[in-house]
Amino acid sequence: MADTREAWITGVGIVSCLGEGPDAHWQAFGAGHPQADTTTYPPYIIHKIAPLNFDTQIPKKGDQRQMEAWQRIGTYAAGLALDSAGIKGNTDILARTDMIVAAGGGERDIAADTAILSGLPGAAAPETFLNERLMSDLRPTLFLAQLSNLLAGNISIVHGVTGSSRTFMGEESAGVDAVRIALSRIESGQSEIALVGGSHNSERPDLLMLYEFGGFALKDKYAPVWQREAHPGFALAGLGAFLVIESRAHAQARGANCIARLSAVLSDRSKRQPGDITAGLKRLWDKIAARLKPGQAAVLSGASGTAPATAEERAFLAEHKDIAVRATGTYIGHAFEPQFPMNVALAAVAVSRGKLYPPADESGVERTMKGPLTQVVVTSIGHWRGEGLALVEAA
Amino acid sequence: MPPHQDSAGRPIVVVTGMGVVTSLGAGKADTWKNLIAGKSGIKNITRFATDGLKTRFAGTVDFVPAEPLSSPELSERLADLAADEAVAESGIGHRGDFPGPLFIAVPPIEIEWEQRRQVATASGANANVSYNDLIRTAAAGKFTPFHERFMFGSVANHLADKYGTKGSPISLSTACASGATAIQLGVEAIRRGEASAALCIGSDGSINPESLIRFSLLSALSTSSDPPEQAAKPFAKNRDGFVMAEGAGALVLESLEAATARGAKILGVINGCGEMADAFHRTRSSPDGKPIIGCIRNALGDAGLTPDDIDYVNPHGTGTPENDKMEAMGVMAVFGERAKTLPMSSNKSMIGHTLSAAGAVEAVVSLLTLQHQRIPPTINYQVPDPTIPMDVVPNVARDAKVRHVISNSFGFGGQNVSLVMGREPA
Repeated sequence: MADTREAWITGVGIVSCLGEGPDAHWQAFGAGHPQADTTTYPPYIIHKIAPLNFDTQIPKKGDQRQMEAWQRIGTYAAGLALDSAGIKGNTDILARTDMIVAAGGGERDIAADTAILSGLPGAAAPETFLNERLMSDLRPTLFLAQLSNLLAGNISIVHGVTGSSRTFMGEESAGVDAVRIALSRIESGQSEIALVGGSHNSERPDLLMLYEFGGFALKDKYAPVWQREAHPGFALAGLGAFLVIESRAHAQARGANCIARLSAVLSDRSKRQPGDITAGLKRLWDKIAARLKPGQAAVLSGASGTAPATAEERAFLAEHKDIAVRATGTYIGHAFEPQFPMNVALAAVAVSRGKLYPPADESGVERTMKGPLTQVVVTSIGHWRGEGLALVEAA
Repeated sequence: MPPHQDSAGRPIVVVTGMGVVTSLGAGKADTWKNLIAGKSGIKNITRFATDGLKTRFAGTVDFVPAEPLSSPELSERLADLAADEAVAESGIGHRGDFPGPLFIAVPPIEIEWEQRRQVATASGANANVSYNDLIRTAAAGKFTPFHERFMFGSVANHLADKYGTKGSPISLSTACASGATAIQLGVEAIRRGEASAALCIGSDGSINPESLIRFSLLSALSTSSDPPEQAAKPFAKNRDGFVMAEGAGALVLESLEAATARGAKILGVINGCGEMADAFHRTRSSPDGKPIIGCIRNALGDAGLTPDDIDYVNPHGTGTPENDKMEAMGVMAVFGERAKTLPMSSNKSMIGHTLSAAGAVEAVVSLLTLQHQRIPPTINYQVPDPTIPMDVVPNVARDAKVRHVISNSFGFGGQNVSLVMGREPA
């Protein structure tokens, strides 16, 4: 397809526990040493974001102070993506760049929460006590760090992206649909260039509580995602991932480099009865299967290690043993909204290098890939809802 | 041009079903009757104790049962009511089988104090609670439903289950422009030819102590409590902030071709959508007004219309000193001299500010305005602001010839969205 409306990935900005940028990630994948944190919230396993020099992407300290960690991580990754695409500071292009951010909510004030909860049992009038303490303890600007759409707002302010600004919510699906809608708009001519992605902070005890209501968090012992069958769970990840996606025509007109082509993004939802995920993945897979080249394609799985999502994905992949599989979550953990943009970015990096990284799994799902790599299928199976796929191809 | 296409060669997008619930009542009939009568839905909050708060009133929707009460639970109930009215009116598809995607604006979701307290109590930590206690208690499995209820995607997924919308439902936020963005996403999907119909909803049931206090700490809320129904004073010189409110609006959008083919009654047209992000500040508009002006012009351009084609502005009109000043400046810049006589009335003077729902609620009201050829007033307009020399339809509704409406929605984070709506396919 040499259509001028085909979509190119011309910029990637990625940060995780492995560091920042494609090289750091590729080196870590090659070295085969996952970085998991077991000491911050024992017995839980998390993947903490690597130290970042925020000044390089968020030059004003005042802007940094107005953000909480998830927004700093995201604004930083967005800056890396704009740099990678060569449009940082290009006000002409940024003023018509469409932005779709996938986000949840921001950090809470943990000290205020626990102080109030500790005071409530002894309060004569608990409701009045709550009001008074919230009025005095909440920092006014914290609200702006909590609002889902204020990552996008900060990117507009810091990087000047103002063509449009939309924030999708809804955990893993938000990331899939953000990339899907950006691609659809470009392919149809509604948009020429888009910045898409999101971020997540793993140092969030409030999120551990939320996900532990459902028993989803990995605890006690780290293992690669495919080796968690007896001991399922995801490891919360600190992660930021943004893509610059543009029409081939727009990219060529400005002489931009194509890292990879984004050929398809598909999403759906099943009601998650047993077998639904496997069946849903098959339906999505069948829409791209004819385009896959034997021996040149791999799967970059978004598997998180939770049950039954990862077990059903494993069952599906077992029917495609001719295709090599890697689960990036073994290295980078699980970050919900930005996970899919991150894996699309890593897929773009993989096809641009023409090879897959070594397996990091002893359960037999990940096997060595010999041939040149020209296509990557990215999967996303939400821990609760939502299934998605992308097809990323070499330029 | 071919039938069913607009001047840009895109499928014309029409509205075939509408639903709304606000502090003025459930359904279009009650809401419209009360808007035209100039009634206020704002009252003292009874849902929770307001001792110690600077603002003690809101446009809560207390007549819709939502148990156990939480923001996502009430937002879901409100969205369901509005969607039910819209889908029934459109007569589209079959029960539980809506032939298109769902786009829904919902408030940001997080565990609230009621749940946090329940978990803290169950932890037995008494006066020395840590998050370790909360996590340990959560992991014990006694509060399993909290996980699903407080997923950001839960409202959309539950509605997708009930209405049988197709594909992955999209939950979104552009702060107080969210409802308009939901409609814009539906319009775009139909124009791309991906869908011939879309269910677009904005919903917000998030009035609880912490959300009210957050806005209060930003000095965004009116504190004019005497009486509460006169607190929301958009465009008046004595305006002192917005009034939080709850509600939902829902639209069934269809391509004109699909609507015509099934003989559906066409209630209105979405002619165009515009947006432009503001990079000036997290809560304030750029002082030069350029993003607001650009947003309105983008919407007119997308609709293939000129300022002279617009007969009524349904403004964001929150009643904060800043918003109304900047919005009036933007409207005056786009419409020139005509802005002085162009009717512009704020629904929020009566409904309050329904936040994530506002863009959708006000799109429904805009379409009702077109349908009835009657403009709801801006109530509580007693002290004109000389810096806003405009026709705000003060206090009393009036009949008018209205061909096209532009509805503005602006939000924190530099969000600006405008929708242009008309009566009939051109």
